[in-house]
Amino acid sequence: MSDAVRCCDLRKRYDPRKKEPVDALVGLDLEVRHGECFGLLGPNGAGKTTTIEILEGLLEPTSGSVELLGMRWGSDDNQLRQRIGISLQETRLAEKLTVTETVRLFRSFYRQGRDPGEVLEVVSLTDKPNAWVQKLSGGQKQRLAVACALVGDPQLLFLDEPTTGLDPQSRREIWEIVRQQKSRGYTTLITTHYMDEAERLCDRIAVVDRGKVIAVGTPDELIARLGGDHVIEFALENPAESQDGPLKESYSELPSVTGSRAEADGFVLTVREPHVCLPALLEHTARSNYALARLTTRHASLEDVFVNLTGRHLTEADEEHVPA
Amino acid sequence: MRSYSPFRELFLARMREFYREPAAVFWTYGFPILLTAGLGLAFRNKAPEQIHVGLADSAEVAQLATALDADERFIVESASATECARLLRVGRIDIMVSFDDEAGAYEYRFDPTQPEAVRARLLLDDTLQRSAGREDVLQVAEVQVTEPGSRYIDFLVPGLIGMNLMGGGLWGIGFVTVDMRIRKLLKRLVATPMRRRDLLLSIISGRMVFTVPEMTILLFVAWLMFKIPFAGSLLSFAVVAAVGALSFAGIGLLVASRAQKLETISGLMNLVMLPMWLCSGVFFSSERFPAALQPVIQALPLTQLNNALRAVMLEGSGLGSQWMRLSILTAWGVVSFLLALKWFRWT
Ligand SMILES: Nc1ncnc2c1ncn2[C@@H]1O[C@H](COP(=O)(O)OP(=O)(O)OP(=O)(O)O)[C@@H](O)[C@H]1O
Ligand SMILES: [Mg+2]
Repeated sequence: MSDAVRCCDLRKRYDPRKKEPVDALVGLDLEVRHGECFGLLGPNGAGKTTTIEILEGLLEPTSGSVELLGMRWGSDDNQLRQRIGISLQETRLAEKLTVTETVRLFRSFYRQGRDPGEVLEVVSLTDKPNAWVQKLSGGQKQRLAVACALVGDPQLLFLDEPTTGLDPQSRREIWEIVRQQKSRGYTTLITTHYMDEAERLCDRIAVVDRGKVIAVGTPDELIARLGGDHVIEFALENPAESQDGPLKESYSELPSVTGSRAEADGFVLTVREPHVCLPALLEHTARSNYALARLTTRHASLEDVFVNLTGRHLTEADEEHVPA
Repeated sequence: MRSYSPFRELFLARMREFYREPAAVFWTYGFPILLTAGLGLAFRNKAPEQIHVGLADSAEVAQLATALDADERFIVESASATECARLLRVGRIDIMVSFDDEAGAYEYRFDPTQPEAVRARLLLDDTLQRSAGREDVLQVAEVQVTEPGSRYIDFLVPGLIGMNLMGGGLWGIGFVTVDMRIRKLLKRLVATPMRRRDLLLSIISGRMVFTVPEMTILLFVAWLMFKIPFAGSLLSFAVVAAVGALSFAGIGLLVASRAQKLETISGLMNLVMLPMWLCSGVFFSSERFPAALQPVIQALPLTQLNNALRAVMLEGSGLGSQWMRLSILTAWGVVSFLLALKWFRWT
C-alpha cells in the first residue's frame, strides 16, 4: 500500500514580490505511512505550519509535489476534504454557538462521519454539550477543535500544535485522543515543539529546522544515532578556564563517550554506558586538579538529537533564526 | 442514520450567533428605530417658527410695536440700535427694524441668504403695510395641505427605510464576514468539504430574515408616531424591500470579499455608503442635483430603492410599474455576488 502522505521537494517562498521574501520551506520531503502517528518536531519558525497547511491544501507551495491517500490537490479536492480532518494552529470558533451546535455544524459538511455525541465523548466534553464556546477553557476549546476535526471520521488527521499552551493534564487528554485514532488504524500527522510529546506520542518523527527535514526516524532510532542513549552533564568549579582549551577534547577520549560538547557553564557528554564512563571522568578531573561543581546523568532525549544536529536548542533556535 | 443539511446548519448557526449577540440585535433593530424616531421628530410638521423681530429704539419704530404685539407670529424685542445689530449677528433675531432719520424711512436689516430671514422680511412687511392701511388688490383663496401623505415626514420615512436596508445589508454582512476571516474561521471552514456558496448564501439568507422584523418594526413605529399613510399594498412593499435587502447583501459581500481588518472594512463601508446617503434621496429628493450628475445618481442602488419605496408607499404603485427599478437593484446584487464569489479571500 502506498503512503498516507508523500511530499517531495516542497518549497515555499512568502511574499515573493517583496524586497525581502521569506523562504519558509527549502526542499522538504516527507513520507507518512498508513496508520502511524507522525510528528513534525521543530522550533518556532521552522516551517511546520507552512508544511502542514500545504499538505492540507490550504496553501499553494511555490514548488514541489504532494500526494495524500494516493490523491492530489487540484484534481481530487472534494474526495480529499471528505477524508481528512484538520485542526489549525489558531482558529477561534464561533463564540456564541454551543459545543454540540459547533460539532453538528462541522458534521453536516461530511457525507459520512461520526455522531456528534460520540465525538464529544472521545474528547471528554460530554459534560459541556450546551456551553457556549466563549465559556470554555483553553484546553476545552482545543479539544472542541479536535472534535471538529474528528467528526468527519477522517482517515488522515492533521493537528497543528494541538497542545501548545495547555497544562500537562489537558495535553495528556489530547494525546489520548490521538492514540484512539491510531487504534482505529487511522493516520495522524501532528506538529509540536515539545520533545517529550513527540517522543511519547509519535511512531516516527521528522525533525524540521529552517525549512527542511534534518532527521527522520522513530524516537529510539533518532536517539540511537547519537551513539549512546545516556547523557552526563557536569560543570567544574572554574568554568572560565575549563570551557575551552585541551580539556574539551580530552573528554571525548574517555571510555564509552560518543559525543561531547561545551554548554553554558559546563559540558555535556553522550555516553553508551555511564557505569564505565563515570569512574574515568572522576579520575580525569581529580588528575587535572579541577573540582566538580555539579554532575547529573539522564537518558538522552530528542532535545539532544536536535542540539547534536544543529548546535542549537529547540527553544532558543527561534532567536537565532534569520529568514534566508 | 440522521441526515445533515450543510446549508441548514450554516443558516441556523448564523441565526443563533445573531440573536445571542445583544449588540448585533441593538444595531440592527434598536438603532434604526431610534434613528427614525429621532429624525422623524426633528422633521415633524411643526407650527411655523415664530419670527423674532428686533426694534431699534426710536419713536417711529415704537409705533409699529402695537401692530406686531397683537400678532402671535411675531416675538418682539426692543433694544438700542447697536444691541439689535448684535442680536442679529448672533442669530437671536431674524430681522431688525430701525428708522433712518435722514431718509425719513424705515429700514429692514436681515441676511437675504437665510430662508428664515427672507420669510421674516416678507411676513413682517406684509403685516406692517396692512396695519398702515394697504389693501390687497388681488383676491385669493388658500388651501392648506397638512394631511398625511404629503408632509415632509411622509417623504422622509421611505428614505429612512431605504437607508436602513442599505446600512443593515452592508454592515450586517461585511462585519460578520471580516470577523470570520480574522478568526480564521473561514479558513477552517474551507478546510472541510463545505460548499463555499452554501456559506455565502447562508450569510445572505440570514440577513434577509433579520430584515423582516426590522421592516415590520420600522413601519409600525412610523405609523404609530407619525401616522404615515400606506397607499400601496404590503406585498409590493415586501417585494421591494426584499429586492433592496438582497441587492445590498450582495454589495456587502463584495465590499467584504478581501478586507482583512475591521478598520479596512469600516472605511470601505463608509466610502460606499456616504455618496448614497447624500445623493440618493434619503433626506431630500435626488432630483435636486444638477442634471449632469443625474445619470450617475440614478444608477445608484439606493436611489432606485428609495424611489421604488416612495412609489409604493406614497403613490400606491404596483410592482409592474417598478420593474425597471427592481431590475437595476437586482443587477447590482447579482453582479456583486458573483464578483464576491470570484474574489473572495478565504484565508
Ligand atoms: N503569511 C506569511 N507571510 C510571510 N512569512 C510567513 C508567513 N507565514 C509564515 N511565515 C514565515 O515562514 C517561516 C515558517 O513559518 P511557520 O509558521 O511555518 O513556522 P512554524 O514551524 O509553524 O512555527 P511555530 O512553531 O511558531 O508555529 C517563519 O519564518 C515565518 O516568519
Ligand atoms: Mg506553526
